[in-house]
Formats: sequence, C-alpha cells, structure tokens
Amino acid sequence: MRPPSAAACPGCLAAPTDAVEQPLKPAQIALSLPTIHCQACISAVERGLNAYPGVRSARVNLTLKRAMIDAEDGIAARDLIPVLERLGYTAHELDPGALSATESGRAGRDLLIRLAVAGFASMNVMLLSVSVWSGATDATRDMFHWISAAITLPAIAYSAQPFFRNAWAALSAGRLNMDVPIVLAILLALVTSLWETSLSGEHAYFDAALTLTFFLLAGRYLDFRTRAVARSAAEELAALEVPRALRVRDGVEQEVAVADLAVGDHVLVRPGGRMPVDGVIVSGQSELDRSLLTGETLPVFAATGLVVSAGEVNLTGPLTIRATAVGEETSLHRMADLVAIAESGRSRYTSLADSAAKLYAPGVHILSALSFLGWYLWSGDLRVALNIAAAVLIITCPCALGLAVPAVTTAASGRLFRKGMLIKHATALERLAQVDTVVFDKTGTLTAGTPEVTNLGDHSRQDLEIALALAEGSAHPLSRAIAQAARAADIRPAAVNDVREVPGYGAEGTWRGQRVRLGRASWVGGAQGEKTAAWLAVGPHPPQAFLFVDALRPGAAKAVSALLAAGKDVYLVSGDSAGAVENLAKRLKIDRWLAEALPEDKAARIADLRAKGRKVLMVGDGLNDTAALAAADVSISPASALDAARVASDIVLLGQDLTPIAEACETAIRATRRIKENFRIATVYNVIAVPLAVAGLATPLIAALAMSTSSITVSLNALRLR
Amino acid sequence: MSILSYLIPISLTMGAIGLVAFIYTVRSNQYDDPEGDSRRILSDEWDDHPKP
Repeated sequence: MRPPSAAACPGCLAAPTDAVEQPLKPAQIALSLPTIHCQACISAVERGLNAYPGVRSARVNLTLKRAMIDAEDGIAARDLIPVLERLGYTAHELDPGALSATESGRAGRDLLIRLAVAGFASMNVMLLSVSVWSGATDATRDMFHWISAAITLPAIAYSAQPFFRNAWAALSAGRLNMDVPIVLAILLALVTSLWETSLSGEHAYFDAALTLTFFLLAGRYLDFRTRAVARSAAEELAALEVPRALRVRDGVEQEVAVADLAVGDHVLVRPGGRMPVDGVIVSGQSELDRSLLTGETLPVFAATGLVVSAGEVNLTGPLTIRATAVGEETSLHRMADLVAIAESGRSRYTSLADSAAKLYAPGVHILSALSFLGWYLWSGDLRVALNIAAAVLIITCPCALGLAVPAVTTAASGRLFRKGMLIKHATALERLAQVDTVVFDKTGTLTAGTPEVTNLGDHSRQDLEIALALAEGSAHPLSRAIAQAARAADIRPAAVNDVREVPGYGAEGTWRGQRVRLGRASWVGGAQGEKTAAWLAVGPHPPQAFLFVDALRPGAAKAVSALLAAGKDVYLVSGDSAGAVENLAKRLKIDRWLAEALPEDKAARIADLRAKGRKVLMVGDGLNDTAALAAADVSISPASALDAARVASDIVLLGQDLTPIAEACETAIRATRRIKENFRIATVYNVIAVPLAVAGLATPLIAALAMSTSSITVSLNALRLR
Repeated sequence: MSILSYLIPISLTMGAIGLVAFIYTVRSNQYDDPEGDSRRILSDEWDDHPKP
C-alpha cells in the first residue's frame, strides 16, 4: 500500500502538519550522526553530551546513527552540534516530528511476539508429534493429541490474528486474497484434528497448523522489516529539513516554525536558505536559484518587488520577504494536485503475489471441495471425506508462496541498500524489472547542480589571479567554481584590496589603483549570452567572460551508457534552456531530449510513453518533476531532491553516485526471476504432494515434510541474491 | 511410561520460560539498537557498578 496521498503533498515541506497538531516535548532533541561507527564513538558522544549543562540524558543508537537527547527547556540542537563538532563528529539536527519510529516499532513488535508464540508452541507440539509418528499408540497417542490441542488452540487464536483480520477484510469486500485459503486451512485442520482426537483417531494436524502459522508469520515479518528499514531511512531524510523560519517583527528576529507564519508576516531568508513561503521581496538584493522548481540553472537576479515562491534558494545577500501565501496556499502545495492525479496511475499495478493469489485461491478451494465431494459420494463417510479435504488444503497451503516474495525482496532490498539505494515501495522492484524506457531530469539529477568553469585556459594568468582574489570573498556558486578551478590550476590570488560583495551583482575591489569587478554581465558591462557566465572587468579594459557548464554528477555517464547498453531507451527531459540541454545530451550520447519543459509537459511526456505501452522509469529531483515521478511506472530520486520529490518516488538514491541505477535494474530483473522460480518450486511440491492428499495417502508427517522442505528451499533460493 | 508425567510438564515449562524471556526482551526495547549493543559490551564504563 502506498501512503495516503496527503503525505505526498509537496506543501509538507512548507507546512508539516504533524509538528503543528502535536508538538513533541520541546526538550526532546534528535541528532543525526552520520560518521559514528564504533564503541569509542558511542562513549565519546554520550560523555560529551551528558557533560553539557542542561542535558538530562543522551543515548546513541548506532543502528540508526542517531542520538536522542532529553534536555531542559532552552537547550536547542544548535547548542549541542558545536559540542559534537569539537569532538570530531558531524551532526545534523533532525525534526523529531518527522520521526515516527515508535509507530512502526509497535507494529513490528506485535508481529515479532506473535511469531515467537507460534514458534515456541510449534516446537512443543512438534516434540509430541514426533513421538506419535515414531509409534505412540492408544492412550498415549490420545494424551499427546489432547496436550497438542491444548497448546495449539490458544496459540493459534493469538498468533494467527493478522491472517484472520486480513481474510475477513477481503471476504467482507467480496474478494479473495492469499489469506482466505490460509485461514480456511488452519480452521479446517483444527476442526478435523479435534474431531479425530475425540474419536481416538490416528491423524491430527495440530503441528501442521502451527508450523504453517509460524512460516507465514516469518514471511510477514521479513516483509515488514524490509519496509521499516526503508521507511526509517526515508523519514530521516525528511527530518533533516527542519521547518523553521526567521520572522521579523518590529525589527526583532525570532525563530518560529514555518507552520506558524501568517500572510503579511515579514520573513528573513539568509544566503543559502530556502524560501519557506510564497511572498514578495520587501528589502535586500540577491540572486535566486530556482533550479529545484523549474530546472533552470541560471540564477535569477532578485531585488525589492520580485515575487518569490516557496522552495527557491537564496544565494548571496539576505532578503526580507512579505508572505503572500503560507502553508497549503503556496505554489509548492498546489503541485500536490498534479501529483494526486498522477498517483492513481500507479495503483493499477497488480503485484506478482496478488496475481498468484488470484489464480491460486479459487483453484485450491475447488480442488479441496471436489475431493470432499468425491470421497463423500464414493465412501459415504463424512469423517473420511472431511479429513481428506483438510489434508488437501493443508498440503496446498501457500506456505512457500507466502515466503516466496518477501524472502526475495528482503534479500534484494538489502543488497541495494548496501549499494546506497532505498527501496521505499513494496512492489518497486517488480515494476523496475519491467522498465524499458528511462527518462532523466537534467538539473540536480544528471548534473550535480554545481557549475564548472570551461574556459579557464582563455584567460591570462594575471586575470585569473584577480578573479581568484575576488571569487574567494563570495559564497556564490559561480565564485566558488572559479576559486576551485583556479586553485586546482595552481593560481595564487592577486593582492586585491577592499574586496566587497554586492549582493545580487558580484564582487568588486581595487587592484593597483584600478577598480576590478567580477559578476553579472549587466553590472560588469559584458553581453548576456546563452550560456551561464560570470564577467571579469579590470579597470578600463573590456570585460571577459568565464563560461560554465553544470558539472556532471559522479557516475552519470556510466549509468546512462550502462542503461543504453542494456537496450533501454533513454530520454532527457528538462525545464532548462535548449542550449544547455542539447549540450548535456551530446555529452552523454542521449539522442532524445526535450528542453524548456513545464511540469505538466514532463508528466504528459511520461503518460504519452506509457500509452504506447512502454514501461517508464523516471529519475528526477525537483518540484517540477514530482508529477512526472508519480506518473511513471517506477521512479527514483536522489537524496538531495526536494522532500516532495522523494515522497513521490519509489526508490531514493542515498549517495551522490548515479551508477547504482543501472545495477538496480539488473538486480530487479534477477529478483523477479527468483520470485517466479520460487512460485515454480512451490508448484512442483504441490504437484507431487496433492495427488497423495487427494488419494487419501497423506499423513501429518508427509504434510510437515512437504511444508518445511518447500519453505526452506524457497528461502535458500532467495538468499542466492544477496 | 510414568516418566512422561514429569517430562511433558518440564518441557512445556521450559518452553514457556523461553517464551516469557523473549517477550520480556522485546517489551524492554532490547532489539532497538542491535549494532550499538554489540559494541557497548566493549565499553569499560559501568564495569564496577550498574548505571544508576
């Protein structure tokens, strides 16, 4: 099941509903500690935090790489992060509202206890059953059967509840699922065994009913664990973006939750910060990076009066904006409608397990009913007929089928998780295996979103020295790119005095009595061209341009060529200008590309491909991609993507590297092959055992053997994927 | 066969003890951080007396 679409709203970025409705204890602080890895780290972090005045207790969880801190009011994460940094550990604040570990923990604990009850009970009953099989007779056998019954009935009543609930839900909705034959087999086995026992009969299936429950619960638990791991990692990504904003009232800055902002509030956005709400700039000058919303790489000049939308990143100078739309009204949130419409497309996918159940459940019921009827008509003995019908149901019971899918997805997800991919959705792997067309977004997905200087060689050494001196005074991405490239080319900064940054324009200073400037074309006096450029003017000389391309994400070229080599069609669809897109497409040898695409265009393109019968994988990171991500058959987004994009996608790439994408497709194909193999193995067992059961030759021993061997074979087969 | 009247209750009791112990460990959050717990054993903090 996908999470309800309310959780998929991009507006959650701006307005986290959880945080508003039920604020956690203010003193509970959660920190993510990505670099801890050993016992010494645990001790150092805990000792350091506990020594901080005001901290009541701190506990590190190494599995989740997280620290939970209980502190007095007034202590905030920003007080504790420097403490850890002094100890040599990076720490990031997590939003405790976005971490719902307790909720999934409770469900997992519940399943685990049921599994344990079924396991312990089946061990005891099996002990008694083995004595019966090895020759106990008469009164001893009856006593063993009665003791087994006394253990089995309460154990099943408790541990098989999830199956009872699911089967009842399916039946009351008029459908059949895998749980209906399971419940029927368990109940019929119990009823006939009780009847047999009361008549001092030879065969009782108490052990079969319990081991069946145990194996099936094991499958459910594996399934749950896989998704819980992915969910907690995804939650952590979301929790890293703490929704806070600086509200300015009567000249006083105050940190408040984004959800508390109202229309008309003045909000200060520092350089590097993201716009929390839609608004109008009332003071300050800067540049805005809109790439997450539109895919454009060129920063936009921002000054008083410009309309900004939530999600844009402020680059150089502090800006004060007046909020015009908050929370659900922001343009970020309106995108949710697009996602919700597209969402319905994916839910049409039927998982392999469901389609197997659709074939399997009626088949088993008909077979069991027919053998009951046949034996009743032939022998006229109700007891014999019922016993045989029960044996058929128990032997065909989808024990191996229940493990076939979860065992494989657990092994495959574990393998991909180690490679840095998070499989969020249960059927994502099956859908990924069918993919024949891959659509990439450009900015932030194939490119890292950081510019790279292309024409460093065109400039004289002296110009480069001046440019480096000016660039080092600024945090603007283009300045940083120039500084990095110049440093790498062994350039030393020139002695430029009075360097100052003019937010929104660039940097200027004086060098040997001349004014030098590095910045926007219009400010320096250059000509605005098609490409991303920064201009350098030295005194009266004509200004010169530094040209940039977006740096490729590591592994992008490798991933694209591996996908092309695997025979998949690769498309590039971007909101950026045609020149930039064509350039990148050529670099990566992608023939088909589409530039200046609006979010609706991207989604339409995907829908178009799907209508032609293609299975589409969408890889994207921006808000403009969310609709396309939701519309595709399966979708991947990098961890750096907007929260909304990550929510809309099935798989999240945790690292910077894109190479795992091609590998994931291959693993998915192998996983699906294993699942089908497992179905076949389970069927082979049934083909051998069912005739025995129908002929009335099955004994509880044969049932136990068939069930255990098929379950173990299926699990071992799944392990080959690791 | 009278030995059975001792052995069966004993085996059932032992099973029950195992189950109760397992449920206790689950209830007291002992599986929340398996990785950390396997390393904490190496720490010499609280070796002399238990954490208050």
